[in-house]
Amino acid sequence: MTRKQKRLAIIGGGVSFIIAAVLLVMFAFSQAVAYFYVPGDLAKVHLAPGTRIRLGGLVEAGSVKRGDGMTVSFSVTDTLDRVPVTYTGILPDLFREGQGVVAEGAFAAGSPVFVADTVLAKHDETYMPKDVADRLKAQGVSLGGKENIQ
Amino acid sequence: MIIELGHYALVLALGVSVLQAIMPVFGALRGDRALMEIGTVAAKATFLLVVLSFGVLTYAHVTSDFSVQNVWENSHSQVPLLYKYSGVWGNHEGSMLLWMLILTFFSALVAVFGDNLPETLKANVLAVQAWIASAFSLFILLTSNPFNRLIDAPGEGRDLNPVLQDIGLAIHPPLLYLGYVGFSVCFSFAVAALIEGRIDAAWARWVRPWTLAAWTCLTAGIAMGSYWAYYELGWGGWWFWDPVENASFIPWLAGTALLHSALVMEKREALKIWTILLAILTFSMSLLGTFLVRSGVLTSVHAFATDPTRGVFILVILILFIGGAFSLFAFRAARLKAGGLFAPISREGALVLNNLILTTAAATVLTGTLYPLVLEALTGSKISVGAPFFNMTFGLLMLPLLLAVPFGPLLAWKRGDLLGAGQRLFAAVAIGLVVGCVIYYAQHGGPVMALFGLALGAYLIAGSLTELLLRSGIGKVPGSVALRRLKGLPRSVFGTALAHIGLGVALIGIVAVTAFETEHIVEMKPGMTTDAGGYTLRFDGLRDGKGPNYTEQSGHFTVLRAGVVVTEVWSSKRLYTARRMPTTEAGIRTFGVSQLYVSLGDGMADGGVVVRVWWKPMILCIWGGALFMMAGGAVSLSDRRLRIGAPSRAKKQKKPVLEPAR
Repeated sequence: MTRKQKRLAIIGGGVSFIIAAVLLVMFAFSQAVAYFYVPGDLAKVHLAPGTRIRLGGLVEAGSVKRGDGMTVSFSVTDTLDRVPVTYTGILPDLFREGQGVVAEGAFAAGSPVFVADTVLAKHDETYMPKDVADRLKAQGVSLGGKENIQ
Repeated sequence: MIIELGHYALVLALGVSVLQAIMPVFGALRGDRALMEIGTVAAKATFLLVVLSFGVLTYAHVTSDFSVQNVWENSHSQVPLLYKYSGVWGNHEGSMLLWMLILTFFSALVAVFGDNLPETLKANVLAVQAWIASAFSLFILLTSNPFNRLIDAPGEGRDLNPVLQDIGLAIHPPLLYLGYVGFSVCFSFAVAALIEGRIDAAWARWVRPWTLAAWTCLTAGIAMGSYWAYYELGWGGWWFWDPVENASFIPWLAGTALLHSALVMEKREALKIWTILLAILTFSMSLLGTFLVRSGVLTSVHAFATDPTRGVFILVILILFIGGAFSLFAFRAARLKAGGLFAPISREGALVLNNLILTTAAATVLTGTLYPLVLEALTGSKISVGAPFFNMTFGLLMLPLLLAVPFGPLLAWKRGDLLGAGQRLFAAVAIGLVVGCVIYYAQHGGPVMALFGLALGAYLIAGSLTELLLRSGIGKVPGSVALRRLKGLPRSVFGTALAHIGLGVALIGIVAVTAFETEHIVEMKPGMTTDAGGYTLRFDGLRDGKGPNYTEQSGHFTVLRAGVVVTEVWSSKRLYTARRMPTTEAGIRTFGVSQLYVSLGDGMADGGVVVRVWWKPMILCIWGGALFMMAGGAVSLSDRRLRIGAPSRAKKQKKPVLEPAR
C-alpha cells in the first residue's frame, strides 16, 4: 500500500466506525429512553400501550395497599390528578405516604393501572426527586418545607 | 483559633498558588532560573499549607466542634470515630478541600521528582498545575468555605448521612480523586508542551507514569465505589449507569485511551498531536465530572447541597480551562510535527483502533449523560437515559475492541502480520470456544449471548497469556530457559497481560451475573425456607438491636446445602436516630466467587417479612477483574523504564537521539 492508501484506510475505517456509533446512539435514543410525566400530563399525551415511562409525584396518603404476597398498590398524585400503580417487590427504604416517588414502568394495554417495575425514593428523608419537585412547582403545587432537594 | 488558622492557611495557599501560576512561566520565557525555581518551592509550600488546612478541618470533625457550620451540618457527637475522620470529605466543602489536597499533592510530587525534566518544561507544568489550584482554592474560599463559623454553637450536630457511614467513604473518594485529579498532571504536561511548542518521545515517557498512576487509582476508586453501592444500597446492583457513575467512567475511558496512545508516541513518535489532545480531553472530562457531581445539576447522593453560585463558578472554571486548553491546542498543534508512519495492520494500528473505540465509547457515554440535561434546558421535557441505552450503545461499540485486545500485543510495530497473530491466537480462540461449549453443555441451551460473552472473556484471558507464553518460549525451549526468559521480560509486558486478563475476568463476572443471577422476592415467616443458587435459606426470626447511633431490626437466616447447615446470614433494616432515616443493611455470604445476597423488606401484618434473595453467580469476578487491572497498572509502573526519575538516565544511556533540544 502506498502512503496515501494507508492514510485513507485508517481515516476511512475511523470515520465509518464513528458514523456507525452516531447511528447507534440515535437509534438507542429513539428506543431506550423513558420520558418523565406527572399524572396531570397523562391526559395530554398519547402513549402507545407498553411505552416505558417514568411517573413521578407524591404517594397519595392512605392509598398504599398490600395485596397478596409481594404486590403493593398505591396511587401517585400531583395533588390534582392521580394514577393507580401496582408494583411487585420490595419498596425502597424511603418510600412513604405523602412523600415523593418515581415509578418506572408502563401502562398495561387497555388498563388505567400503571405497572411499575422500579420504584425510586432514595437518598434522604427530605429528598424529593428533582423531576417531581420541578413539575409540581410548575403546576403551582406548594411543597412547603420539603422543597429541599438533596 | 485553630479553625481560623486552617482558613488562613487556605488563603495563603491561594496566594502562593497565584505566585506559582505566574512566575515560572516568565522564568521559562526569559530562561531565568531563579524565577523558574519559584515554581518548585511554591508547589511544596502550597501542598503543606493545604495539608495544614485539611488537618484543621479534620481536627474540627474529630473533636465535634459544632461551632463550625460544616461540622454541625455533617456530623454528630455519636458518630463512630472512623466516620468522623472520613466524614471530613462526606460533604461538599470537605470534599472540595480533599480535591485541592490531592491536586497540590500531585504538584508537589512533580516538584520533588521532576528534577530530570528540562527546566522550562518543569516550570511550565508546575505553573499550569497552579492555575488549576488557584481556580479551585478561589472556588472553595468564595463559595464553599468549610471553616464558616456559627455564632451560637449548637450542642449537637445534624449527623452524617447514614448511607455514608461506612468504611467505603474512607476509601472510595480519596482513591477516586487520586485518579480524577491525577490526570491534571497529564493535562499540565500537555499544556506545557503546547506553550513550549515542542514535544517528543521523551515527553511521552515523562507523562506515562503519571497516567499509569492516575489510571490505577481511578480504576480502584470506581471499583470500590461500585462494590460499596452494591453492598450498601441493598438493591443488589453494582452499576446503575447513573450520571454520577458515568462522570467517573468517562475520564476512565479517556484515560485508558491516553495510556495506550502515549505508548505509541513513546515507542514510535507517532500520534503526537492526538496524544496531547487526549491528555487535555481526559482531564477535561475529570473537570466535567466534578462539575456534574458538585454543581447540583444532577440529583444524587453525591450532590450534597444545591447552591446555584457553586454550579456557575465551576462552570466558569470548566469553560476557562477546557476552552483555554483547546484554543492553545488550535494555535499550537500545527507546530508539532507529526511523525512515525505505520501500516494499518501493526501494533500502532491496533492501538489506534483501541483509541478510536475507547474515545467513541466515552463520547457515547457522555452523550447519554448530558442529553437529558440539554433536552430539559432546550425543550423542558424530561427523559431518563438509563441502562437500556448504555447497554445497547456502549456494549455494542466495545465488542470489536474486546475481540481485538489479544491481537494488539502480538502485532509487530510498524508492519504487523494479522494472519500470523491470528495463528498464534489460535489456542486462545480454541480455549474460548471450548469454555463456551462446556458452559453451553452445562446450562443445556442457556442464553446464546451469555455463552458468547463468557467465551469472549475466556478468549481475552487466554489471549493475554499467549503473549507471555510466546515471548518466553514455553513449550519450545527447555523449561529453565523459558523461565529465565520470562523473568527477563520487561515488567510492562506483565502489566499489559495482567490488565488485559483483568478485562477478561471482569467481563466473565458481568456476563455471568447478568445472565444467570436469580432473584426471589418472598414473604417469609420464621421457619420458612427459600432456594437460591443451590442453597436453601431458612428464616429464623427477627431481633431488635441497637448501635451507637441507630436502632435496627435484624433478620436471622440459616444457609443450608442439602439439609446441612453451612453458615448464617444477618440482614437488617436500620433507623438512624439523628436524621430519622432508614437504611437497609444487606446480608451477604460469599461462596467461592459467587455471593448470596439477602435484603430485608417491610414487615407484614401477620408477622412475616418480605425478603429479597439474590444468587449472584461469579459476581466477585467483576471487582476481581478490576484488581487485576490495578495490579497490571502497578506492575507497569514499577517497570524500570518508567520509574519516576529513570527516563532521563535511560535516555542518556540508550537513546541520545531523544534528548530534547535545549
